[in-house]
Amino acid sequence: MNPQTLAILGVFAPLFGAAVAGFFGRRIGNVASQAITTGLLFVSCVCAWMIFGAWTWGDLEPFTVHLAPFIHVGEFQSNWSIRVDALSATMLVVVTSVSSLVHLYSWGYMAEDPDKPRFFAYLSLFTFMMLALVTAADFLQMFFGWEGVGLASYLLIGFWFKKDTASAAAIKAFVVNRVGDFGFLLGMMTVFWMFGTIQFAELFPMIADKAGTGWDFLGHRWSALDLAGVLLFIGAMGKSAQFFLHTWLPDAMEGPTPVSALIHAATMVTAGVYMVCLLSPIYEYAPVASGVIAVIGAITAIFAATVGMMQNDIKRVIAYSTCSQLGYMFFAVGVGAYQAAMFHLFTHAFFKALLFLGAGSVIAGMHHEQDMRKMGGLWKLLPVTYAVMTIGTIAITGLGIPGVGGFAGFYSKDSIIESAYAAATTGHSAFGFFAFLVGITAAGLTAYYSWRLVFMTFHNKPQWKEEEGHEHAHDDHASHAQLETHSEPIADHDDHAHDDHGHHGPLKPHESPAVMLIPLLLLSVGAVAAGLVFAPSFIGHHEEHFWRGAIFVAEANHVLHESHNVPTWVKWSPLILTLIGTFAAYWLYVVKEGAARQMAERGGAVYAFLYNKWYFDELYDAVFVRGTKALGDLFWKVGDVRIIDGGGPNGMAWLSRKFAGGLARFQSGYVYFYAFVMLIGLVGFLAFAITSWGA
Amino acid sequence: MAVSLHHYLAVAAILFTIGVFGIFVNRKNVIIILMSVELILLAVNINFVAFSAYLHDISGQIMAMFVLTVAAAEAAIGLAILVTFFRNRGDIAVDDASVMKG
Amino acid sequence: MLQGIAFYLLAAVVTVSGLLVVTARNPVHSVLWLILSFFSAAGLFVLLGAEFLAMLLVVVYVGAVAVLFLFVVMMLDVDFVKLREGYARYLPLAGIVAVVLLAEMIVISVVVANGGAAADSTGPLAATAEQSNVEAIGRVLYTDYVYIFQAAGIVLLIAMIGAIILTLRHRPGVKRQDINAQVARDAKTAMEIKSVTTGAGVKPEDLI
Repeated sequence: MNPQTLAILGVFAPLFGAAVAGFFGRRIGNVASQAITTGLLFVSCVCAWMIFGAWTWGDLEPFTVHLAPFIHVGEFQSNWSIRVDALSATMLVVVTSVSSLVHLYSWGYMAEDPDKPRFFAYLSLFTFMMLALVTAADFLQMFFGWEGVGLASYLLIGFWFKKDTASAAAIKAFVVNRVGDFGFLLGMMTVFWMFGTIQFAELFPMIADKAGTGWDFLGHRWSALDLAGVLLFIGAMGKSAQFFLHTWLPDAMEGPTPVSALIHAATMVTAGVYMVCLLSPIYEYAPVASGVIAVIGAITAIFAATVGMMQNDIKRVIAYSTCSQLGYMFFAVGVGAYQAAMFHLFTHAFFKALLFLGAGSVIAGMHHEQDMRKMGGLWKLLPVTYAVMTIGTIAITGLGIPGVGGFAGFYSKDSIIESAYAAATTGHSAFGFFAFLVGITAAGLTAYYSWRLVFMTFHNKPQWKEEEGHEHAHDDHASHAQLETHSEPIADHDDHAHDDHGHHGPLKPHESPAVMLIPLLLLSVGAVAAGLVFAPSFIGHHEEHFWRGAIFVAEANHVLHESHNVPTWVKWSPLILTLIGTFAAYWLYVVKEGAARQMAERGGAVYAFLYNKWYFDELYDAVFVRGTKALGDLFWKVGDVRIIDGGGPNGMAWLSRKFAGGLARFQSGYVYFYAFVMLIGLVGFLAFAITSWGA
Repeated sequence: MAVSLHHYLAVAAILFTIGVFGIFVNRKNVIIILMSVELILLAVNINFVAFSAYLHDISGQIMAMFVLTVAAAEAAIGLAILVTFFRNRGDIAVDDASVMKG
Repeated sequence: MLQGIAFYLLAAVVTVSGLLVVTARNPVHSVLWLILSFFSAAGLFVLLGAEFLAMLLVVVYVGAVAVLFLFVVMMLDVDFVKLREGYARYLPLAGIVAVVLLAEMIVISVVVANGGAAADSTGPLAATAEQSNVEAIGRVLYTDYVYIFQAAGIVLLIAMIGAIILTLRHRPGVKRQDINAQVARDAKTAMEIKSVTTGAGVKPEDLI
């Protein structure tokens, strides 16, 4: 089977599955819908791995399959096509693997849900949109995929739409994404304006020539490429939940856990990273834009880590962890180490999906309890879950010995940190050192909160009581319906629209069925081995052969190369910080059990600040939500009612009445008055006559 | 000095003005108003006749005759209306007659 | 010379009596002053050579219109003091407007008198030997102006009818003949004379 056919089959199989399950799900029934979608996803996954294998270990050259024209208007040409090169092959594998495993996992997780066909249809739709995004050969198809994944995210976050918080979270995600999309559109338009084309193949060779052109925008002289770069990055900020546009990600945890695993860990949020790496030709010539990316990425990394330390909902911790890791990827891009960023994307997909699915297993086993403070002591009852969660945690904390080897995260994260340092020393990026410091600090914090999660969930004394479990779930469900504040995610259930869990009786946490455990095990293989196996291709010796021009690196950019030659202390620093973080978590949660809880209960300003996510939601609410509403009110009450209505129809009517009223006073009814008026008229006329005759 | 057209016209103008003045000063008294109107018409007649004399055109006097006729008719009708008005109201203060007010 | 004196005298009388018409307190006085001003105006007409018109003025205006005014003034029982209220209030404004009007009119008259055909006039047309004033009027009145002459007649007719309609009222209790009723009577409503012997009386059934 030639690669082109594989590509087409791989991209469109999920769409077909989505259509069948979406339109005919009710008729063909739950099992058939699930089987068709999951089966087609696995087909797609096989195609993706075949392409990726041919690419990495074979001699596949980049190609583009032209499917159909999309928009041809003058200079603006856009086509439906499938572009296969290193970047898209990588993403194909990531997306389809995680998606197919999530589909399989959902058989078990959504077993009690009545809307299974809809769920699987949405999952497959999302997968198709993501594949359309990564195989796009021009900006417009990418934007189609971009918006499509946003749509699918909205549909999936708000899957249990009868729950108010879920609907609100879905809208929030979509709206915040929209803000980013506005930047994306402006960036796309800037590119078209400058180069007259939006197709990547035509665009990239043209960039070097226009490197220095300036442009006047909003009264300031910009470098055109920097402007485009910044605007496009704003799109990435929205999609990948970077600082300022991150507020939607924690709330997106309202969706079912498989959704969180697929969309908000492995795929959609990485679309931003993918886009920025794909547009490396632009960013290599846009130092200001790269600097912006580096700074925002670094800030996000540390910000999310500090907030994640304090959260009590298991899914939120992992969500903030995702946010932080995305920050890593972005600052890697910002300092010029695109390959390291893509590699981290690759490995992160595996262990983050693993962590989310594992958390889902815990939640399902705990009958939809999500608050870690009510867990504990589960390692005996959920052994497999415990094992895979530990593997995932080790992977994300990047445990490994420099020079020898380690788990997946070790390779990718250390590569990023070393690149940051290298960028600082080679002077390639002004923010290299800042990024480096942030990187190692965040690494320590990552270790802390990741192990905190494991200890709180699986170790220590159980905080749940056997009889209470069910009542808990019900009570919290009832009280949760009224409770709607963002700063108190107590018992944030990804609850069903219906109440019946099918378990009446004492709560006994149980292990998940096989259909949920198999994906976990497969992902853990990836979490362990992906780094070791693929490091040479992504960032090591075979790096140039692997990327084969998919990522453009300028002449002066030796960051990746230099990252292998950094001083030893730099190579050891992440590990040391990680161990410190691990030990701190161990101390506070295992040795001094209950110490952390007392500290949390004592509260304090720092605790409140971190727990409430640096008060971003409150800030945005005050500034944007209320501000927009106030502006709308102003335009409505003052602009529309008073000025337009008052000046226009109402005002004219009032004026007419006043004028008519004034005129009516001439009809006084007194004859002498009429005579007087006539006389005045006569006098006036005579005056006119005299003056005009020139007496 | 020789009496010329100007003199007659001046007399007519003064008489006209007196008539107008009379109307506005005597708002309430309808009879005086009607008499002022007669003064005005007299002034007009003087004008006509003066021009007729100095322009050697007899039609001015014809015109004056007809003005006279109409003035008489108008005086008659005006007084008839006044009488009716008085019969209805008992008073000829037209100041209060503002029924046609707009 | 004589003409000048006569003119100024008559003009003065006209003006003064006109002024007194509007300012007199007693309306009967006003009417009398009006009569005087009419007479003076008639005198002015004679000076201008329009004797017929002067005569008309005296006969029609004084003889009919002013007398009519006098009738009405005497007939109405009105409190004329009350009617003078507000006199002083309106005086300033009316005075100003009147003065302005006078000034304008004099200006215009001067312009017209100087500029028009009247500028090179040889003086008032006096009655010539061939034609008296009446004859002159008569020559044009029934020929060139016959339509307006007839219209004037109709105006007078209408005025008369209007005056009658407005003021005619039937006093109650006055017996009048209703010709139509009389003519339309029939046997049932007619009166019959029945001979009755003296002292006999009439029975109701006889009457039917």
